[in-house]
Amino acid sequence: MSSFLEVKNLSVSFPTEDGVVRAVDDMSFSLEKGKTLGIVGESGSGKSVTSLAILGLHKGSSAEVSGQILIDGQDINAIPETEVRLLRGKLMSMIFQDALAALHPYYTVGNQIAEAYLVHNKISKAEAKKRAIEMLDRVGIPEPQKRVDDYPHQFSGGMRQRAMIAMALSCNPSLLIADEPTTALDVTVQAQIIDLLRDLQKEFNTAIILITHDLGVVSETADDILLMYAGKAIEYGTVRDVLQKPQHPYGWGLLTSIPRLTGDPNKSLAAIPGTPPSLISVPGGCAFHPRCSYVSKVGEACSSSIPGLLPVTSGAHHLVRCHLDTAAREEIFRSQVAPNL
Amino acid sequence: MNSILKVEGLTKHFPGNKHSLFGKRDVVQAVDGLTFEVEKGEAIALVGESGCGKSTTGRLITRLLEPTAGTITFEGRDITHLSNAEMRPIRADLQIIFQDPYASLNPRHTVGTIVASPFRIGGVTPEGGAKKRVQELLEIVGLNPEHYNRYPHEFSGGQRQRIGIARALALRPKLIVADEPVSALDVSIQAQVINLLKDLQKQFDIAFVFIAHDLAVVRHFAQRVAVMYLGNIVEIADRDTLYSNPKHPYTKALLSAVPEVDPDAIGSRERIRLTGDVPNPINPPSGCRFRTRCWKAQDICASNPPELLHIGSTQVACHFPE
Repeated sequence: MSSFLEVKNLSVSFPTEDGVVRAVDDMSFSLEKGKTLGIVGESGSGKSVTSLAILGLHKGSSAEVSGQILIDGQDINAIPETEVRLLRGKLMSMIFQDALAALHPYYTVGNQIAEAYLVHNKISKAEAKKRAIEMLDRVGIPEPQKRVDDYPHQFSGGMRQRAMIAMALSCNPSLLIADEPTTALDVTVQAQIIDLLRDLQKEFNTAIILITHDLGVVSETADDILLMYAGKAIEYGTVRDVLQKPQHPYGWGLLTSIPRLTGDPNKSLAAIPGTPPSLISVPGGCAFHPRCSYVSKVGEACSSSIPGLLPVTSGAHHLVRCHLDTAAREEIFRSQVAPNL
Repeated sequence: MNSILKVEGLTKHFPGNKHSLFGKRDVVQAVDGLTFEVEKGEAIALVGESGCGKSTTGRLITRLLEPTAGTITFEGRDITHLSNAEMRPIRADLQIIFQDPYASLNPRHTVGTIVASPFRIGGVTPEGGAKKRVQELLEIVGLNPEHYNRYPHEFSGGQRQRIGIARALALRPKLIVADEPVSALDVSIQAQVINLLKDLQKQFDIAFVFIAHDLAVVRHFAQRVAVMYLGNIVEIADRDTLYSNPKHPYTKALLSAVPEVDPDAIGSRERIRLTGDVPNPINPPSGCRFRTRCWKAQDICASNPPELLHIGSTQVACHFPE
């Protein structure tokens, strides 16, 4: 049986004057209804480009998209823009990082929530407005019948994010993509929004793709994690696999470099040296090798051939893209990584 | 006396909108009656959510903004109302690092010019010439000294932040105000810059006022932490006490809201969820400003603003501390 969402060998590249930018390279993953996949990576790792491809938003741009994006068996990449339009909002929907930029400043919040509902349902404007009030109430906006006529600038940051969630969920989409939904928010408001998304997911059985750079946020919300680096998936597994037993040196670096509320605060953070590569000239072989401390354990292969995304142990669902062999990886993890986690 | 900076009753009110021609102008109470001290060579952090006044405080201390009331004493001298000309020699000892490494460097100047600007403005000729000193500084912050003639756009965000740090170090300051120095950086780069700042603090014995919203970042940098809410300090304590035994309900809520990376630790942590948003600083709640979101609030909280009082080694402004 195939999953609700299946992405197979997705690649997205942009021709530019300076050369071809390979933003996403050969990504494959799947997601069931009611589950959350966290796509984690730093700026420029290709996480947002992946999500735009799933919504078919690269159609009509210069981007070259290849591979299959099967939502409920339907290949988004193969059908024309006019048909994808009919699916957006209803089958799949998206919430963005910056709610102030994503909401139109000239229309009331209610108007914008009702718009999507009107497109997909044959109903009157009054009924659509009723739906907007209902949705605002559901996402926890106080006095929704009054606030429905407010403009986005009259909402606070957290309320705008709630309004955008209301808009995205107004037609009960089966798939919701949340692109850094809490990055622009304060921690106490972030915690509220995370709780809200979790409650709504339970209620509507939505599949959620959560795009973030914050390992704490994925840990609290996701079932699976896909770790990206320079346009490639480099590690893929359950939250427990990836956060407790990470297998890729980049994952090790990330987990030991983030400041936490536990552990010895006087110890220096184990920073990853160097900076992420430019996507125009991705290093040959493994894209992470110039920053990797374990190249010497493998040798030549790291800079000459791209490792495959393979099971950590045969048959496991935990996949990793690294030349280190299992024994060496386990040894490094036990002696150098685990004590710092 | 060992304090390098002393702030007493520091207040900044910004003029807001006017609602009618003869009406009174709104007053945005960004910072209201802050009192704290920074010891020589100490790293203190100001933590809080957006709009709590932490950045305004940083700009008041460095006198980039004119305070409405209160006093700022730097090395025993009252600098609250000094003119720009009078401030200039003091600025050698009192520097700032900004949040956005893209906006805080002039795109038309080379790195050499940027890092040497404190010498030019201060009228100082460093030993061995400006170029030599700039190259030394670039090396200290972990950049290649040969990149002297490059422009900011040739550098990544983390490297730009290092350029800003080199500029702040140029005149060997005694106090640096760092306003969210790592929040614009990617996670893998954040750790590099935190480690760098920590090393510099130790190596040159610089006092830091570290302004941040991220409690986990602060924990790895500061020795003492002041938590701010709506223009007030609600709690000050040394790091270990604050993180292990927070006294103010807001501090507790803030700590419990930090997302936990370890999936197994999520269930074991106490969860406090604040409702609503931070109120508008134009019209802050009477009495304790946190009372509208506080689960412990009583009548007294609305009528009397709590004072910042000692409980053990912690100073806390709450009628019902933990």
